[in-house]
Amino acid sequence: MAKVLVVTSGKGGVGKTTSTAALGAALAQMGQSVVVVDFDVGLRNLDLVMGAERRVVYDFVNVIQGEAKLAQALIRDKRIETLSLLPASQTRDKDALSEEGVARVMDELREKFDWVICDSPAGIERGASLAMRHADVAVVVTNPEVSSVRDSDRIIGLLDSKTLRAERGERMEKHLLLTRYDRLRAERGDMLKTEDVLEILSIPLLGIVPESQDVLRASNIGQPVTVSGPDTAAGRAYADAARRLKGDPVPMTIPGEKTGFLGRLFGRRAA
Amino acid sequence: MTIFNLFRRKASAPVARERLQVLLAHERASIGRTDLVAVLREEILAVIAKHVTLDPEHLRVRMERGEQMSTLEVEVDIPSTARVRLALTG
Ligand SMILES: Nc1ncnc2c1ncn2[C@@H]1O[C@H](COP(=O)(O)OP(=O)(O)O)[C@@H](O)[C@H]1O
Ligand SMILES: [Mg+2]
Repeated sequence: MAKVLVVTSGKGGVGKTTSTAALGAALAQMGQSVVVVDFDVGLRNLDLVMGAERRVVYDFVNVIQGEAKLAQALIRDKRIETLSLLPASQTRDKDALSEEGVARVMDELREKFDWVICDSPAGIERGASLAMRHADVAVVVTNPEVSSVRDSDRIIGLLDSKTLRAERGERMEKHLLLTRYDRLRAERGDMLKTEDVLEILSIPLLGIVPESQDVLRASNIGQPVTVSGPDTAAGRAYADAARRLKGDPVPMTIPGEKTGFLGRLFGRRAA
Repeated sequence: MTIFNLFRRKASAPVARERLQVLLAHERASIGRTDLVAVLREEILAVIAKHVTLDPEHLRVRMERGEQMSTLEVEVDIPSTARVRLALTG
């Protein structure tokens, strides 16, 4: 049975689009059929992060407005056969996604794929609501930093009240993905601890992704980090998170947990 | 632990944690986010699971908030083939 997953956060710039691409690619690399859907109308970026920007012909809004068939708008990934992208429209106004239109497309995607991964826009407005509306599972992307945690708390409240599942009285599965985790700041005690974030938000941990050059490099060349750097710490963190989503038990690793004298020395210098 | 710790300025993370806890307690109360339904769901599930094997998907817990009164709706589908373990847990 297909699962609809929303990648959401409230706050912008925390790593939703990066995580959508990486988790989508990782699940597809494990043989699942996956579509990643860009809900960020007007500010589409998922196509760029996936390296598909020059192959966009039709988009989500075209499909909703009946100007294109779903199959015409879906872009098949060049490297991973079981991975597809439904791009957002770049030019139209934000209200172009209608509630019924989104419902229809989601139903159609559920029939075609194992995983439908929705990349939410920032904020708690209409776009974010539409992205989470049909979700069975939510990945709440949070940085260990006060404003991100506060916004995540807000989003969790919406997931528990405004989704179709919540309205039907069903369980809304939620997972915390801690991203842009900085080992040195953690060691200096200048970054919220993982335990603190978990205690405050009280949802289970899906993974911890380090702040990393490899993520920037991946987006520069238009490849999800699990594809461009499967052996990097960030690539591995995303691959592990994807396996946990699939239900495989994978032990949790904290990036750079063990650092010696050198790490502490540089940690102080950078302060 | 190292000599560097001696010169280290006070860590800011505990302050952040403290501030967040106070703020969010406040915001949750005023916005009306409570974990009540989620907590009830888990506890109801645990109670039922003592006696019947139940798929979590077969439990629906819904809170209808009203001005004067709120109603809590709990709906459990128990397949007729479910193993009832009442006798064992007495
Ligand atoms: N783990 C990371 N390490 C370093 N940079 C990151 C990481 N995750 C995201 N970024 C960068 O942060 C910026 C915002 O990420 P993005 O995924 O677009 O966030 P969002 O979709 O939540 O707005 C991008 O430039 C991205 O490359
Ligand atoms: Mg984004």
